[in-house]
Amino acid sequence: MRSEAAGGRAAGSGGAALGRPPVLSVEDVGVVLGGRLIVEGVRFGLAPGEVTGLIGPNGAGKTTVLRVVLGLVRPTSGLVRREGAARRPGGLAYVPQQHLVDAELPLRARDLVGLGLDGHRLGIPLPTRRRRELVDEALERVGAAGFADDRIGRLSGGQQQRVLLAHALVARPAVVVLDEPLANLDVRSEQEVAELLGRVAAEHEVAVLVSAHDVNPLLPVMSRVVYLAEGRAVWGTTEEVVRSEVLTRLYRHHVDVLRVHGRILVVPAGPATRVDVPDPDRPPGSDGGVEQVR
Amino acid sequence: MFASFMAGTWIAGSAVAVVAGVVGYFVVLRGETFAAHALPQGAFAGAAGAAVLGLSPVLGAGAFSLLGAVVIALLGRRGRHDVAAALALVLLLASGALFLGLSTSYAPEVFSLLFGQLLGVGLGDTPAIVAVSLACVLLAGALFRPLLAWSALGDASVVRGRRSAAVEAAFLVLLTLATTAAVPVVGAFLMFSLVSAPAAAVRLLARSPLVGVAGSVAVALGIVWASVALGYLTSWPIGFFVGAGGALSYGVARLVARVRS
Repeated sequence: MRSEAAGGRAAGSGGAALGRPPVLSVEDVGVVLGGRLIVEGVRFGLAPGEVTGLIGPNGAGKTTVLRVVLGLVRPTSGLVRREGAARRPGGLAYVPQQHLVDAELPLRARDLVGLGLDGHRLGIPLPTRRRRELVDEALERVGAAGFADDRIGRLSGGQQQRVLLAHALVARPAVVVLDEPLANLDVRSEQEVAELLGRVAAEHEVAVLVSAHDVNPLLPVMSRVVYLAEGRAVWGTTEEVVRSEVLTRLYRHHVDVLRVHGRILVVPAGPATRVDVPDPDRPPGSDGGVEQVR
Repeated sequence: MFASFMAGTWIAGSAVAVVAGVVGYFVVLRGETFAAHALPQGAFAGAAGAAVLGLSPVLGAGAFSLLGAVVIALLGRRGRHDVAAALALVLLLASGALFLGLSTSYAPEVFSLLFGQLLGVGLGDTPAIVAVSLACVLLAGALFRPLLAWSALGDASVVRGRRSAAVEAAFLVLLTLATTAAVPVVGAFLMFSLVSAPAAAVRLLARSPLVGVAGSVAVALGIVWASVALGYLTSWPIGFFVGAGGALSYGVARLVARVRS
Protein backbone atom coordinates (compact mmCIF):
# COMPACT_ATOMS: atom_id res chain seq x y z
CA MET A 1 0.00 0.00 0.00
CA ARG A 2 2.36 2.66 -1.10
CA SER A 3 2.42 5.27 -3.74
CA GLU A 4 4.16 4.45 -6.92
CA ALA A 5 5.47 6.50 -9.76
CA ALA A 6 2.89 5.71 -12.33
CA GLY A 7 5.20 5.18 -15.28
CA GLY A 8 6.64 2.06 -13.79
CA ARG A 9 7.37 0.50 -10.49
CA ALA A 10 11.06 1.20 -10.86
CA ALA A 11 10.60 4.84 -10.02
CA GLY A 12 10.61 4.00 -6.35
CA SER A 13 13.33 6.48 -5.60
CA GLY A 14 11.38 9.63 -6.31
CA GLY A 15 14.15 11.75 -7.81
CA ALA A 16 14.50 9.40 -10.72
CA ALA A 17 11.44 10.86 -12.36
CA LEU A 18 12.63 14.46 -12.06
CA GLY A 19 14.88 16.20 -14.52
CA ARG A 20 16.59 18.14 -11.73
CA PRO A 21 17.38 17.32 -8.13
CA PRO A 22 14.41 18.01 -5.89
CA VAL A 23 14.48 20.89 -3.39
CA LEU A 24 12.09 18.93 -1.23
CA SER A 25 11.22 15.29 -1.20
CA VAL A 26 8.51 13.37 0.58
CA GLU A 27 9.66 9.85 1.26
CA ASP A 28 7.18 7.13 2.08
CA VAL A 29 5.18 9.36 4.39
CA GLY A 30 2.22 8.09 6.39
CA VAL A 31 0.03 10.14 8.72
CA VAL A 32 -2.29 8.92 11.47
CA LEU A 33 -4.34 11.66 13.12
CA GLY A 34 -6.54 10.90 16.12
CA GLY A 35 -6.14 7.17 15.52
CA ARG A 36 -7.34 7.45 11.93
CA LEU A 37 -5.12 6.67 8.98
CA ILE A 38 -5.16 9.74 6.74
CA VAL A 39 -2.54 8.86 4.16
CA GLU A 40 0.08 6.18 3.74
CA GLY A 41 3.18 5.64 1.64
CA VAL A 42 3.10 9.05 -0.01
CA ARG A 43 6.18 9.76 -2.10
CA PHE A 44 7.06 12.60 -4.39
CA GLY A 45 9.67 15.28 -5.06
CA LEU A 46 9.46 18.94 -5.96
CA ALA A 47 11.85 20.39 -8.50
CA PRO A 48 12.61 24.09 -8.93
CA GLY A 49 10.74 25.79 -11.75
CA GLU A 50 7.95 23.20 -11.77
CA VAL A 51 4.31 23.25 -10.79
CA THR A 52 3.17 20.05 -9.11
CA GLY A 53 -0.54 19.49 -8.66
CA LEU A 54 -1.77 17.65 -5.58
CA ILE A 55 -5.03 16.33 -6.94
CA GLY A 56 -7.72 14.35 -5.21
CA PRO A 57 -11.35 14.34 -4.16
CA ASN A 58 -12.44 16.25 -1.05
CA GLY A 59 -11.38 14.46 2.09
CA ALA A 60 -8.55 12.58 0.39
CA GLY A 61 -6.02 14.17 2.75
CA LYS A 62 -4.66 16.90 0.48
CA THR A 63 -4.43 19.52 3.21
CA THR A 64 -2.78 17.00 5.55
CA VAL A 65 -0.13 16.23 2.93
CA LEU A 66 0.47 19.95 2.41
CA ARG A 67 0.84 20.48 6.14
CA VAL A 68 3.31 17.60 6.37
CA VAL A 69 5.34 19.14 3.57
CA LEU A 70 5.39 22.43 5.48
CA GLY A 71 6.31 20.81 8.76
CA LEU A 72 3.05 21.82 10.47
CA VAL A 73 2.10 18.15 10.91
CA ARG A 74 4.60 15.45 11.81
CA PRO A 75 4.41 12.37 9.67
CA THR A 76 3.69 9.21 11.63
CA SER A 77 6.07 7.32 9.38
CA GLY A 78 8.43 8.27 6.61
CA LEU A 79 10.36 11.44 6.15
CA VAL A 80 10.34 14.83 4.46
CA ARG A 81 13.67 16.13 3.23
CA ARG A 82 13.90 19.90 3.06
CA GLU A 83 17.67 20.41 2.77
CA GLY A 84 17.37 21.80 -0.75
CA ALA A 85 14.67 24.25 0.25
CA ALA A 86 16.64 25.41 3.27
CA ARG A 87 19.36 26.74 0.98
CA ARG A 88 17.21 29.73 0.07
CA PRO A 89 16.54 32.30 2.78
CA GLY A 90 12.80 32.23 2.16
CA GLY A 91 12.62 28.46 2.67
CA LEU A 92 9.02 27.31 2.45
CA ALA A 93 6.01 29.58 2.01
CA TYR A 94 2.35 28.72 2.46
CA VAL A 95 -0.83 30.13 0.99
CA PRO A 96 -3.75 28.66 2.98
CA GLN A 97 -7.25 28.50 1.61
CA GLN A 98 -8.39 32.00 0.84
CA HIS A 99 -11.48 32.27 2.99
CA LEU A 100 -9.14 32.56 5.95
CA VAL A 101 -8.76 36.25 5.21
CA ASP A 102 -11.04 38.11 7.58
CA ALA A 103 -13.27 40.51 5.62
CA GLU A 104 -12.69 43.25 8.20
CA LEU A 105 -8.97 42.81 8.58
CA PRO A 106 -7.64 46.37 8.89
CA LEU A 107 -4.65 45.83 6.64
CA ARG A 108 -3.80 46.93 3.12
CA ALA A 109 -2.57 44.44 0.58
CA ARG A 110 0.94 45.86 0.95
CA ASP A 111 0.91 45.42 4.73
CA LEU A 112 0.11 41.76 4.31
CA VAL A 113 2.90 41.30 1.76
CA GLY A 114 5.32 43.14 4.07
CA LEU A 115 4.57 40.58 6.78
CA GLY A 116 5.83 37.90 4.41
CA LEU A 117 9.15 39.66 4.44
CA ASP A 118 9.65 40.21 8.15
CA GLY A 119 6.51 39.10 10.02
CA HIS A 120 8.53 36.56 11.96
CA ARG A 121 10.89 39.18 13.37
CA LEU A 122 10.35 41.16 16.53
CA GLY A 123 9.69 44.89 16.49
CA ILE A 124 7.49 47.21 14.49
CA PRO A 125 7.45 47.26 10.69
CA LEU A 126 9.42 50.43 9.92
CA PRO A 127 8.57 51.75 6.47
CA THR A 128 12.04 51.71 4.94
CA ARG A 129 12.71 52.25 1.27
CA ARG A 130 14.16 48.78 0.78
CA ARG A 131 11.08 47.19 2.31
CA ARG A 132 8.80 49.22 0.12
CA GLU A 133 10.72 48.26 -3.00
CA LEU A 134 10.63 44.56 -2.22
CA VAL A 135 6.91 44.70 -1.44
CA ASP A 136 6.16 46.67 -4.60
CA GLU A 137 8.19 44.25 -6.66
CA ALA A 138 6.36 41.23 -5.22
CA LEU A 139 2.98 42.86 -5.85
CA GLU A 140 4.07 43.76 -9.38
CA ARG A 141 5.11 40.19 -10.09
CA VAL A 142 1.68 38.82 -9.38
CA GLY A 143 -0.17 41.67 -11.07
CA ALA A 144 -1.46 43.13 -7.80
CA ALA A 145 0.19 46.55 -7.97
CA GLY A 146 -3.12 48.18 -8.87
CA PHE A 147 -4.74 47.38 -5.53
CA ALA A 148 -1.68 47.52 -3.28
CA ASP A 149 -3.25 50.17 -1.05
CA ASP A 150 -6.72 48.65 -0.79
CA ARG A 151 -7.90 46.84 2.26
CA ILE A 152 -7.30 43.14 1.80
CA GLY A 153 -10.80 42.19 2.94
CA ARG A 154 -12.40 44.35 0.25
CA LEU A 155 -10.65 42.56 -2.62
CA SER A 156 -12.21 39.86 -4.75
CA GLY A 157 -11.21 36.23 -4.31
CA GLY A 158 -8.84 36.28 -7.26
CA GLN A 159 -7.23 39.50 -6.10
CA GLN A 160 -6.77 38.15 -2.57
CA GLN A 161 -5.19 35.06 -4.03
CA ARG A 162 -2.66 37.22 -5.87
CA VAL A 163 -1.85 39.21 -2.73
CA LEU A 164 -1.39 36.02 -0.72
CA LEU A 165 0.90 34.72 -3.43
CA ALA A 166 2.91 37.95 -3.28
CA HIS A 167 3.10 37.47 0.50
CA ALA A 168 4.49 33.99 -0.10
CA LEU A 169 6.96 35.08 -2.78
CA VAL A 170 8.37 38.24 -1.24
CA ALA A 171 10.95 36.42 0.89
CA ARG A 172 12.17 34.44 -2.16
CA PRO A 173 11.21 30.96 -1.03
CA ALA A 174 12.40 27.73 -2.62
CA VAL A 175 8.98 26.11 -2.31
CA VAL A 176 5.52 27.68 -2.37
CA VAL A 177 2.64 25.54 -1.16
CA LEU A 178 -0.92 26.60 -2.04
CA ASP A 179 -4.05 24.99 -0.64
CA GLU A 180 -6.88 25.03 -3.18
CA PRO A 181 -6.05 28.45 -4.61
CA LEU A 182 -8.53 27.95 -7.42
CA ALA A 183 -11.52 27.10 -5.23
CA ASN A 184 -14.37 29.63 -5.34
CA LEU A 185 -12.91 31.50 -8.31
CA ASP A 186 -14.80 32.18 -11.51
CA VAL A 187 -13.50 30.47 -14.63
CA ARG A 188 -11.49 33.45 -15.81
CA SER A 189 -9.75 34.13 -12.50
CA GLU A 190 -9.14 30.41 -12.21
CA GLN A 191 -7.30 30.49 -15.51
CA GLU A 192 -5.39 33.64 -14.62
CA VAL A 193 -4.24 32.35 -11.25
CA ALA A 194 -3.17 29.04 -12.78
CA GLU A 195 -1.16 30.85 -15.47
CA LEU A 196 0.36 33.05 -12.80
CA LEU A 197 1.52 29.99 -10.87
CA GLY A 198 3.17 28.61 -13.99
CA ARG A 199 4.90 31.89 -14.69
CA VAL A 200 6.08 32.35 -11.10
CA ALA A 201 7.53 28.85 -11.02
CA ALA A 202 9.39 29.29 -14.30
CA GLU A 203 10.65 32.84 -13.82
CA HIS A 204 11.77 32.57 -10.23
CA GLU A 205 12.95 28.97 -10.04
CA VAL A 206 10.40 28.20 -7.36
CA ALA A 207 8.95 24.76 -6.79
CA VAL A 208 5.18 25.21 -6.61
CA LEU A 209 2.95 22.62 -4.96
CA VAL A 210 -0.72 23.34 -5.43
CA SER A 211 -3.71 21.31 -4.27
CA ALA A 212 -6.92 21.14 -6.28
CA HIS A 213 -9.88 18.81 -6.57
CA ASP A 214 -10.05 19.31 -10.33
CA VAL A 215 -7.07 18.61 -12.52
CA ASN A 216 -8.29 20.67 -15.49
CA PRO A 217 -7.49 24.29 -14.62
CA LEU A 218 -3.91 23.27 -13.86
CA LEU A 219 -3.33 21.23 -17.03
CA PRO A 220 -1.62 24.02 -19.00
CA VAL A 221 0.95 24.75 -16.30
CA MET A 222 1.40 21.54 -14.36
CA SER A 223 4.57 19.51 -14.87
CA ARG A 224 3.70 16.72 -12.52
CA VAL A 225 0.82 15.46 -10.49
CA VAL A 226 0.45 13.72 -7.15
CA TYR A 227 -2.92 12.00 -7.29
CA LEU A 228 -4.36 11.28 -3.86
CA ALA A 229 -7.23 8.89 -3.21
CA GLU A 230 -8.18 6.31 -0.61
CA GLY A 231 -5.29 7.47 1.56
CA ARG A 232 -2.70 6.62 -1.05
CA ALA A 233 -0.89 8.53 -3.78
CA VAL A 234 0.48 8.13 -7.27
CA TRP A 235 3.11 10.48 -8.60
CA GLY A 236 4.21 11.22 -12.14
CA THR A 237 3.49 13.38 -15.16
CA THR A 238 -0.15 14.02 -15.95
CA GLU A 239 0.05 11.63 -18.90
CA GLU A 240 1.47 8.90 -16.72
CA VAL A 241 -0.91 9.30 -13.80
CA VAL A 242 -4.26 10.40 -15.05
CA ARG A 243 -5.06 7.19 -16.88
CA SER A 244 -7.81 4.73 -16.32
CA GLU A 245 -5.65 1.79 -15.27
CA VAL A 246 -3.51 3.83 -12.87
CA LEU A 247 -6.43 5.50 -11.14
CA THR A 248 -8.37 2.24 -11.04
CA ARG A 249 -5.50 0.72 -9.13
CA LEU A 250 -5.37 3.75 -6.82
CA TYR A 251 -9.08 3.92 -6.08
CA ARG A 252 -9.39 0.12 -6.01
CA HIS A 253 -12.45 0.31 -8.15
CA HIS A 254 -12.98 1.02 -11.78
CA VAL A 255 -12.28 4.59 -12.88
CA ASP A 256 -12.76 5.91 -16.39
CA VAL A 257 -10.55 8.72 -17.59
CA LEU A 258 -12.01 10.54 -20.57
CA ARG A 259 -10.19 13.15 -22.61
CA VAL A 260 -12.68 15.49 -24.24
CA HIS A 261 -11.92 18.83 -25.93
CA GLY A 262 -8.61 19.16 -24.12
CA ARG A 263 -10.25 18.49 -20.76
CA ILE A 264 -9.89 15.43 -18.60
CA LEU A 265 -12.86 13.85 -16.90
CA VAL A 266 -12.20 11.41 -14.11
CA VAL A 267 -15.28 9.27 -13.56
CA PRO A 268 -15.11 6.75 -10.76
CA ALA A 269 -17.64 3.98 -11.11
CA GLY A 270 -19.86 3.19 -8.15
CA PRO A 271 -18.80 0.69 -5.50
CA ALA A 272 -20.87 -1.95 -7.27
CA THR A 273 -18.15 -2.37 -9.86
CA ARG A 274 -15.40 -2.61 -7.32
CA VAL A 275 -12.54 -4.70 -8.53
CA ASP A 276 -10.10 -6.37 -6.26
CA VAL A 277 -6.58 -5.25 -6.96
CA PRO A 278 -4.03 -7.07 -4.87
CA ASP A 279 -1.47 -4.78 -3.36
CA PRO A 280 1.61 -5.47 -5.40
CA ASP A 281 4.04 -3.64 -3.24
CA ARG A 282 3.81 -4.76 0.25
CA PRO A 283 3.03 -8.06 1.91
CA PRO A 284 0.21 -7.84 4.45
CA GLY A 285 1.34 -6.76 7.89
CA SER A 286 4.59 -5.12 6.86
CA ASP A 287 4.81 -1.66 8.21
CA GLY A 288 7.72 0.15 6.64
CA GLY A 289 10.51 1.83 8.57
CA VAL A 290 9.20 4.37 11.01
CA GLU A 291 11.29 7.47 10.92
CA GLN A 292 10.42 10.82 12.38
CA VAL A 293 11.11 13.94 10.45
CA ARG A 294 13.33 16.53 12.11
CA MET B 1 -9.17 70.47 37.54
CA PHE B 2 -5.42 70.78 37.21
CA ALA B 3 -4.78 71.14 40.93
CA SER B 4 -1.86 69.19 42.35
CA PHE B 5 -4.10 66.57 43.92
CA MET B 6 -5.27 65.72 40.42
CA ALA B 7 -1.76 65.12 39.06
CA GLY B 8 -1.82 61.40 39.83
CA THR B 9 -5.13 60.99 38.05
CA TRP B 10 -3.96 62.75 34.91
CA ILE B 11 -0.67 60.86 34.72
CA ALA B 12 -2.10 57.44 35.49
CA GLY B 13 -5.10 58.05 33.23
CA SER B 14 -2.88 58.98 30.30
CA ALA B 15 -0.59 55.99 30.81
CA VAL B 16 -3.56 53.65 30.93
CA ALA B 17 -5.07 55.19 27.81
CA VAL B 18 -1.88 54.65 25.82
CA VAL B 19 -1.67 51.04 26.95
CA ALA B 20 -5.33 50.37 26.27
CA GLY B 21 -5.01 51.85 22.79
CA VAL B 22 -1.99 49.75 21.85
CA VAL B 23 -3.12 46.49 23.40
CA GLY B 24 -6.68 47.03 22.24
CA TYR B 25 -5.54 47.12 18.63
CA PHE B 26 -4.34 43.53 18.92
CA VAL B 27 -7.24 42.41 21.09
CA VAL B 28 -9.68 43.52 18.41
CA LEU B 29 -7.52 42.26 15.56
CA ARG B 30 -7.34 38.82 17.12
CA GLY B 31 -10.96 38.76 18.19
CA GLU B 32 -9.90 38.14 21.81
CA THR B 33 -12.32 40.61 23.34
CA PHE B 34 -13.64 37.94 25.66
CA ALA B 35 -10.27 37.43 27.34
CA ALA B 36 -9.97 41.21 27.55
CA HIS B 37 -13.28 41.17 29.38
CA ALA B 38 -12.37 38.29 31.69
CA LEU B 39 -8.90 39.32 32.82
CA PRO B 40 -9.98 42.61 34.44
CA GLN B 41 -12.36 40.61 36.64
CA GLY B 42 -9.30 38.75 37.87
CA ALA B 43 -7.50 42.01 38.42
CA PHE B 44 -10.47 43.20 40.47
CA ALA B 45 -10.31 40.12 42.68
CA GLY B 46 -6.57 40.54 43.11
CA ALA B 47 -6.80 44.19 43.99
CA ALA B 48 -9.56 43.42 46.48
CA GLY B 49 -7.44 40.66 48.00
CA ALA B 50 -4.47 42.99 48.27
CA ALA B 51 -6.68 45.50 50.07
CA VAL B 52 -7.59 42.84 52.65
CA LEU B 53 -3.91 42.18 53.28
CA GLY B 54 -3.00 45.83 53.21
CA LEU B 55 -0.84 45.44 50.06
CA SER B 56 -0.65 47.53 46.90
CA PRO B 57 -3.73 47.03 44.73
CA VAL B 58 -1.56 47.16 41.59
CA LEU B 59 0.44 44.20 42.89
CA GLY B 60 -2.71 42.24 43.68
CA ALA B 61 -4.26 43.08 40.33
CA GLY B 62 -1.12 41.93 38.53
CA ALA B 63 -0.87 38.63 40.39
CA PHE B 64 -4.49 37.72 39.80
CA SER B 65 -4.74 38.71 36.19
CA LEU B 66 -1.63 36.63 35.57
CA LEU B 67 -3.41 33.75 37.27
CA GLY B 68 -6.44 34.36 35.04
CA ALA B 69 -4.24 34.40 31.93
CA VAL B 70 -2.60 31.11 32.87
CA VAL B 71 -5.99 29.51 33.48
CA ILE B 72 -7.29 30.75 30.14
CA ALA B 73 -4.16 29.58 28.32
CA LEU B 74 -4.22 26.12 29.91
CA LEU B 75 -7.94 25.47 29.63
CA GLY B 76 -8.20 26.96 26.20
CA ARG B 77 -5.17 25.23 24.77
CA ARG B 78 -7.14 23.57 22.03
CA GLY B 79 -7.78 26.87 20.38
CA ARG B 80 -11.08 28.26 21.53
CA HIS B 81 -11.04 30.34 24.64
CA ASP B 82 -14.67 31.14 25.29
CA VAL B 83 -15.74 28.50 27.85
CA ALA B 84 -12.43 28.57 29.70
CA ALA B 85 -12.48 32.34 29.85
CA ALA B 86 -16.08 32.40 31.09
CA LEU B 87 -15.34 29.97 33.90
CA ALA B 88 -12.22 31.86 34.92
CA LEU B 89 -14.26 35.02 34.98
CA VAL B 90 -16.92 33.68 37.32
CA LEU B 91 -14.35 32.12 39.65
CA LEU B 92 -12.38 35.35 39.87
CA LEU B 93 -15.43 37.53 40.40
CA ALA B 94 -16.50 35.19 43.21
CA SER B 95 -13.10 35.48 44.86
CA GLY B 96 -13.32 39.23 44.53
CA ALA B 97 -16.64 39.18 46.35
CA LEU B 98 -15.12 37.06 49.11
CA PHE B 99 -12.15 39.38 49.57
CA LEU B 100 -14.37 42.40 49.71
CA GLY B 101 -16.52 40.62 52.27
CA LEU B 102 -13.43 40.06 54.40
CA SER B 103 -12.22 43.58 53.93
CA THR B 104 -13.20 46.22 56.48
CA SER B 105 -13.11 49.24 54.20
CA TYR B 106 -15.93 48.01 52.05
CA ALA B 107 -17.93 50.41 49.93
CA PRO B 108 -15.41 52.84 48.45
CA GLU B 109 -13.04 50.00 47.58
CA VAL B 110 -15.70 48.09 45.68
CA PHE B 111 -16.75 51.11 43.81
CA SER B 112 -13.33 52.22 42.75
CA LEU B 113 -12.14 48.74 41.79
CA LEU B 114 -15.21 47.93 39.73
CA PHE B 115 -15.93 51.27 38.14
CA GLY B 116 -12.81 53.34 38.69
CA GLN B 117 -12.68 56.55 40.62
CA LEU B 118 -11.54 60.01 39.78
CA LEU B 119 -9.47 60.44 42.88
CA GLY B 120 -8.76 56.76 43.34
CA VAL B 121 -5.19 57.24 42.18
CA GLY B 122 -2.83 59.30 44.27
CA LEU B 123 0.51 60.59 43.10
CA GLY B 124 2.12 57.77 45.09
CA ASP B 125 0.50 55.10 42.88
CA THR B 126 1.66 56.60 39.63
CA PRO B 127 5.25 55.26 39.45
CA ALA B 128 4.00 51.66 39.57
CA ILE B 129 1.29 52.31 37.00
CA VAL B 130 3.60 54.20 34.66
CA ALA B 131 6.26 51.47 34.96
CA VAL B 132 3.82 48.70 34.11
CA SER B 133 2.42 50.78 31.24
CA LEU B 134 5.88 51.36 29.84
CA ALA B 135 6.69 47.64 30.03
CA CYS B 136 3.44 47.02 28.25
CA VAL B 137 4.15 49.37 25.37
CA LEU B 138 7.67 47.99 24.95
CA LEU B 139 6.40 44.41 24.89
CA ALA B 140 3.71 45.33 22.38
CA GLY B 141 6.33 46.99 20.20
CA ALA B 142 8.52 43.90 20.30
CA LEU B 143 5.65 41.57 19.48
CA PHE B 144 4.16 43.86 16.86
CA ARG B 145 5.10 41.95 13.72
CA PRO B 146 4.68 38.38 14.98
CA LEU B 147 1.30 39.26 16.49
CA LEU B 148 0.17 41.02 13.35
CA ALA B 149 1.40 38.21 11.11
CA TRP B 150 -0.15 35.48 13.17
CA SER B 151 -3.45 37.30 13.61
CA ALA B 152 -3.76 38.11 9.93
CA LEU B 153 -2.34 34.99 8.35
CA GLY B 154 -2.46 32.15 10.85
CA ASP B 155 -0.58 29.12 9.57
CA ALA B 156 0.87 31.03 6.64
CA SER B 157 2.99 32.97 9.10
CA VAL B 158 3.76 30.02 11.36
CA VAL B 159 5.60 28.24 8.56
CA ARG B 160 8.42 30.77 8.60
CA GLY B 161 7.89 32.35 11.95
CA ARG B 162 7.48 31.70 15.58
CA ARG B 163 5.38 28.97 17.12
CA SER B 164 1.79 30.00 17.57
CA ALA B 165 1.81 28.87 21.22
CA ALA B 166 4.66 31.25 22.02
CA VAL B 167 2.91 34.17 20.36
CA GLU B 168 -0.31 33.31 22.16
CA ALA B 169 1.41 33.18 25.54
CA ALA B 170 3.18 36.46 24.92
CA PHE B 171 -0.11 38.05 23.97
CA LEU B 172 -1.75 36.94 27.22
CA VAL B 173 1.19 38.34 29.19
CA LEU B 174 0.69 41.61 27.37
CA LEU B 175 -2.99 41.65 28.19
CA THR B 176 -2.18 40.85 31.82
CA LEU B 177 0.22 43.77 32.10
CA ALA B 178 -2.26 46.13 30.51
CA THR B 179 -5.01 45.00 32.84
CA THR B 180 -2.78 45.42 35.87
CA ALA B 181 -2.05 49.01 34.94
CA ALA B 182 -5.61 49.89 34.06
CA VAL B 183 -7.89 48.32 36.64
CA PRO B 184 -6.96 50.53 39.62
CA VAL B 185 -7.64 53.55 37.41
CA VAL B 186 -10.68 52.83 35.27
CA GLY B 187 -12.05 49.82 37.15
CA ALA B 188 -12.57 46.22 36.15
CA PHE B 189 -15.89 46.61 34.37
CA LEU B 190 -14.80 49.57 32.31
CA MET B 191 -11.35 48.46 31.35
CA PHE B 192 -13.02 46.48 28.58
CA SER B 193 -14.58 49.57 27.14
CA LEU B 194 -11.28 51.41 27.03
CA VAL B 195 -9.46 48.47 25.46
CA SER B 196 -11.99 47.51 22.84
CA ALA B 197 -13.87 50.66 21.82
CA PRO B 198 -11.03 52.87 20.49
CA ALA B 199 -9.41 49.97 18.65
CA ALA B 200 -12.72 48.78 17.20
CA ALA B 201 -13.56 52.32 16.10
CA VAL B 202 -10.18 52.82 14.43
CA ARG B 203 -10.33 49.40 12.82
CA LEU B 204 -13.28 50.63 10.79
CA LEU B 205 -11.33 53.57 9.43
CA ALA B 206 -7.56 53.01 9.46
CA ARG B 207 -5.98 50.89 6.78
CA SER B 208 -2.36 50.43 7.83
CA PRO B 209 -1.29 48.90 11.14
CA LEU B 210 0.87 51.78 12.39
CA VAL B 211 -1.87 54.30 11.68
CA GLY B 212 -4.31 51.93 13.36
CA VAL B 213 -2.31 51.73 16.59
CA ALA B 214 -1.64 55.47 16.66
CA GLY B 215 -5.32 56.24 16.04
CA SER B 216 -6.39 53.79 18.68
CA VAL B 217 -4.08 55.44 21.23
CA ALA B 218 -5.34 58.91 20.26
CA VAL B 219 -8.98 57.92 20.70
CA ALA B 220 -8.26 56.25 24.05
CA LEU B 221 -6.42 59.33 25.28
CA GLY B 222 -9.29 61.53 24.16
CA ILE B 223 -11.79 59.38 26.03
CA VAL B 224 -9.75 59.32 29.24
CA TRP B 225 -8.98 63.03 29.24
CA ALA B 226 -12.57 63.96 28.53
CA SER B 227 -13.72 61.52 31.22
CA VAL B 228 -11.39 62.94 33.84
CA ALA B 229 -12.47 66.49 33.01
CA LEU B 230 -16.16 65.66 32.99
CA GLY B 231 -15.82 63.56 36.11
CA TYR B 232 -14.18 66.47 37.86
CA LEU B 233 -16.83 68.94 36.74
CA THR B 234 -19.86 66.77 37.47
CA SER B 235 -18.42 64.57 40.24
CA TRP B 236 -20.07 61.63 38.49
CA PRO B 237 -17.99 58.41 38.44
CA ILE B 238 -15.24 58.51 35.84
CA GLY B 239 -16.22 55.03 34.68
CA PHE B 240 -19.52 56.29 33.36
CA PHE B 241 -17.78 58.71 31.03
CA VAL B 242 -15.25 56.10 29.92
CA GLY B 243 -18.03 53.66 29.06
CA ALA B 244 -20.14 56.28 27.34
CA GLY B 245 -17.13 57.71 25.49
CA GLY B 246 -16.20 54.27 24.20
CA ALA B 247 -19.66 53.60 22.85
CA LEU B 248 -19.82 57.08 21.36
CA SER B 249 -16.46 56.81 19.57
CA TYR B 250 -17.42 53.47 18.10
CA GLY B 251 -20.77 54.82 16.96
CA VAL B 252 -19.18 57.84 15.30
CA ALA B 253 -16.62 55.63 13.55
CA ARG B 254 -19.37 53.43 12.15
CA LEU B 255 -21.15 56.46 10.88
CA VAL B 256 -18.02 57.86 9.23
CA ALA B 257 -17.20 54.48 7.68
CA ARG B 258 -20.71 54.29 6.30
CA VAL B 259 -20.63 57.78 4.81
CA ARG B 260 -17.22 57.07 3.32
CA SER B 261 -18.13 53.89 1.48
